Amino acid sequence: MSYETLSFYMLSALAVCAAAVATFSRSIVNAAFGLLFSLAAVAGLYVLLRADFVAVTQVVVYVGGIVVLLLFGVLLTNRRLEDLSAFAHRPRAVAIILGLAVLTVLLSMVLGASWPQAEVAQLEGTTRPIGYLLLQDYLLPFEFSSLTLLIALVGAAYLVRSQERDE
Amino acid sequence: MGLIEQGLLIILLPLAGFFLVGLFGRKLPRQGDWLATGLVGASLALAVKTFVQVTLQHDPFAGARTSGPWLRFAPAEALSIGIMVDNLTASMLVVVGVVSFLVHLYSMGYMHGDPKYVRFYTVLQLFTASMFGLVLSDNLLTLYVSWELMGLSSYLLIGHYFEKPSAAWACLKAFMTTRVGDVLMFVGILILFLHVGSLRFADIFAAVADGRLAGSAQMWAGLLLFGGAMGKSAQFPLHIWLPDAMEGPTPVSALIHAATMVAAGVYLMARTYLLLSAETFLVVAYVGGFTAIFAASIGLVMDDIKKVLAYSTVSQLGYMMLGLGVGGFVVTGYTAGVYHLTTHAFFKAGLFLGAGSIIHAVHTQSLAQMGGLRRKMPVTFITFLIATLALTGLWPLSGFYSKDAIIASAIEFALRHPEHLALPIFAVLAAAMTAFYMFRLVFLAFFGDPRDAHAHSHAHESPLVMTFPLLVLAALSLPPVGGGHGNWFWIGNPVPLRGEVAQRYGVATAEQGQAKVSTEHGQPVLTTEGGVAHGEHPAADDPARRAHTMAIGASVTVLLIGFVLAWLIYIRRVVDPRALACRFAPIHRLLVNKYYIDEIVQAGVIRPVMALCRLVARADLWIVDGLVNLTALVTRAIAWVTGRADSHVVDGVVNGVADSAMTAGKALGRLQTGQVGTYLTGGVVGVVMLAGFVFWVLAR
Amino acid sequence: MMAEIGLTHYLVVAAILFALGVAGVLYRRNAVGMLIGIELILNAANVNLIAFARYADRGVGVPGVNGSAGLEGQVFAIFVIILAACEAAIGLAICINIFNKFGSIDADRADTMRG
Repeated sequence: MSYETLSFYMLSALAVCAAAVATFSRSIVNAAFGLLFSLAAVAGLYVLLRADFVAVTQVVVYVGGIVVLLLFGVLLTNRRLEDLSAFAHRPRAVAIILGLAVLTVLLSMVLGASWPQAEVAQLEGTTRPIGYLLLQDYLLPFEFSSLTLLIALVGAAYLVRSQERDE
Repeated sequence: MGLIEQGLLIILLPLAGFFLVGLFGRKLPRQGDWLATGLVGASLALAVKTFVQVTLQHDPFAGARTSGPWLRFAPAEALSIGIMVDNLTASMLVVVGVVSFLVHLYSMGYMHGDPKYVRFYTVLQLFTASMFGLVLSDNLLTLYVSWELMGLSSYLLIGHYFEKPSAAWACLKAFMTTRVGDVLMFVGILILFLHVGSLRFADIFAAVADGRLAGSAQMWAGLLLFGGAMGKSAQFPLHIWLPDAMEGPTPVSALIHAATMVAAGVYLMARTYLLLSAETFLVVAYVGGFTAIFAASIGLVMDDIKKVLAYSTVSQLGYMMLGLGVGGFVVTGYTAGVYHLTTHAFFKAGLFLGAGSIIHAVHTQSLAQMGGLRRKMPVTFITFLIATLALTGLWPLSGFYSKDAIIASAIEFALRHPEHLALPIFAVLAAAMTAFYMFRLVFLAFFGDPRDAHAHSHAHESPLVMTFPLLVLAALSLPPVGGGHGNWFWIGNPVPLRGEVAQRYGVATAEQGQAKVSTEHGQPVLTTEGGVAHGEHPAADDPARRAHTMAIGASVTVLLIGFVLAWLIYIRRVVDPRALACRFAPIHRLLVNKYYIDEIVQAGVIRPVMALCRLVARADLWIVDGLVNLTALVTRAIAWVTGRADSHVVDGVVNGVADSAMTAGKALGRLQTGQVGTYLTGGVVGVVMLAGFVFWVLAR
Repeated sequence: MMAEIGLTHYLVVAAILFALGVAGVLYRRNAVGMLIGIELILNAANVNLIAFARYADRGVGVPGVNGSAGLEGQVFAIFVIILAACEAAIGLAICINIFNKFGSIDADRADTMRG
């Protein structure tokens, strides 16, 4: 068993277990931390897949940004921490059954198809070619996504602010 | 910046002003008049730069041209769009730019406080942009588009005071009358496209050169284009709209109906000069000559100061047409016609703005209520006098050179072809009348005792923003603009002149006896200086020189005659004008009623059309309405029968459907819990079922 | 098969993450909890994209850079991350709005649209 294989299984196990925590934990704070670890493990998977730039982006944006944002959201909307665990949930059985159904469908597709096995050639680093791609072939989507981010930012600020004015 | 970019910018600046002032004028300080004026000023600066770069080079082949495909119907047939800058264009750019800028400036004073100030400046910008577009077009299509845009802005500006019924009618009349010409012109353009397959001037001239466009097609195309020019440049009998157009604000009259738009017809003839045939030239010359004398005679008796100037404009436009017409046979004529266009634009705009200054001061347009304004309005008086002297052709003012050149060309033409003796007679008589009515105007307005004490006592000199344009325009008619050196104005499109066109025109003029086309570097150059070809030493009995001498003699004589007559009648009062009017009552009545042209049009065109309309309306009433009523009756009968069926059978079904829909809706409404979780669950179940169906049922 | 890690392994992991995300969205009534589920779903999709980029045998890539075929998949993943960031920002703003309006972030209590 090579190091690569070992790392894959360890990272996958971490990602899946942490995701399970994120999904079924009774405490929303624990769920957020579960998501954090799951995302970090996925970033590790990216490294295994030689997507170093995306892995770094994953850590910076998801782990550093989105999860922190979620935690803020949790803390802002649950002012009494003792209430955090006492959350109403929908029936767990329904969620599990439907989740398994989705999983069955997906797995049957994944395992039923034949996938290309050849790896593409190795790269020294992906940052430079991705930079070329983003600023040449995908310049327009790139610019549009920056515009979308800006609009989302302004929209989020507006949504939160206007509500406070009402109170 | 190349000439092409410069030209494009000249058009775009006022066009931007049109949108800016039109959209935001009300919100801008001073309602945006400074913006409009500034943009036209910038265009003027560029126009002057172009003029210096092109026309002042004294190089007949200076200029630039570019074009590209615009609309493509078939591989071979494409409409192009493009810009052309040559000597003619550059001179027109300066004329339009100067007058438009000064009128913008002047209007700040004249239109001050007008409720439709923004509208006025907006349309003025549109007009300026389209006039620039007209002279910069390198093809007939964009020229036609600008032509119609100018017609539109003219319509809007004549109707500026549309609350007045007379103004509303006047703008309608102007639009309809010029439309007659425009339709003719459009047919001419279609003929050209049919025979040439392109509307670029270069292609059209090349087609003339290699004989693809010849014979009756060439003649009719030229004549129909001239039809458009007749409408726009108010040539007899389509002149009737121009005097009524004086209902518009006076600055508009100066810009559009004296200096620029009405000259567009002359410009069109000058631009399409190379495609006109000999017959067309003769028609142009005769229509122009007749219009010159005809309109001048009406101007003799008009009482409204602006009407006098309007008829004077018609008459002078006739002069230009006369010059261009004989220019087909005598090369100096072409130069003279375009030259007169330039000089006339400046002094006639000066006259109109001066008249506007007077009207602003005394609040009347009637000459009968003016008089003695000389001391009250010194600046207006001096500038008006200078412009008058230029118009009547006093040496050394600009009008002397241009008008003299036209008369000389007409005389030269008649010397070669005695059967066309009428043309110089028209020209000289019209010059006499011009001198008379212009001095009459000056004497009645500025000299003598005030005939209306009230108006006179309130009169005052106009503010600087109004007198400054007057001074500039007077200065522009003071020195001989162009110095009498016609070679500023060898105009035309050098490229198509190469080769056969040159030969054709060389042959055509040589046949008349004296070729003025000297060939330099294989290209023809028409150089003229006071009617004498450059570098030649004509004999003393050369018709050109004889014509020139005779023209000077004739024009000075008739100027003196006109002046003395006006002086005797209106200053010395040797004869009472009213007694004169009584003595020649029939003639006087004829002139005052403008030869009854309006009445003739009313009886001969408008009334038959209206009668036809009434006939059609009656046919409508009896036949069509009858049919409609019959149909209605039958429909009603059928409707009654079906109505009974409806209320019993169909309504039952409809009510049943509605009731069941209501019940079902109430039942299904309970499914809408408004809870996200329920919806999500439903969604996931749906996705799983769909995916399972696709991959286990369909794919197997 | 166990020894050699291939495309299928990654796809299976992604499928598990996806199913967990779906279950989370269905299970939580807490709006923030639902957002967490959505993030998991997006991540599963990203794992797929990156894995395909690694094992794709066709693709244009950057001209002149050897082995860059399939990098488009990574670029797509970057766009997904960007949109996930937008979605998280807007989603949290909506959560706070719901909290202010209904006094809780229980998504099922916001049932104004009930039929």
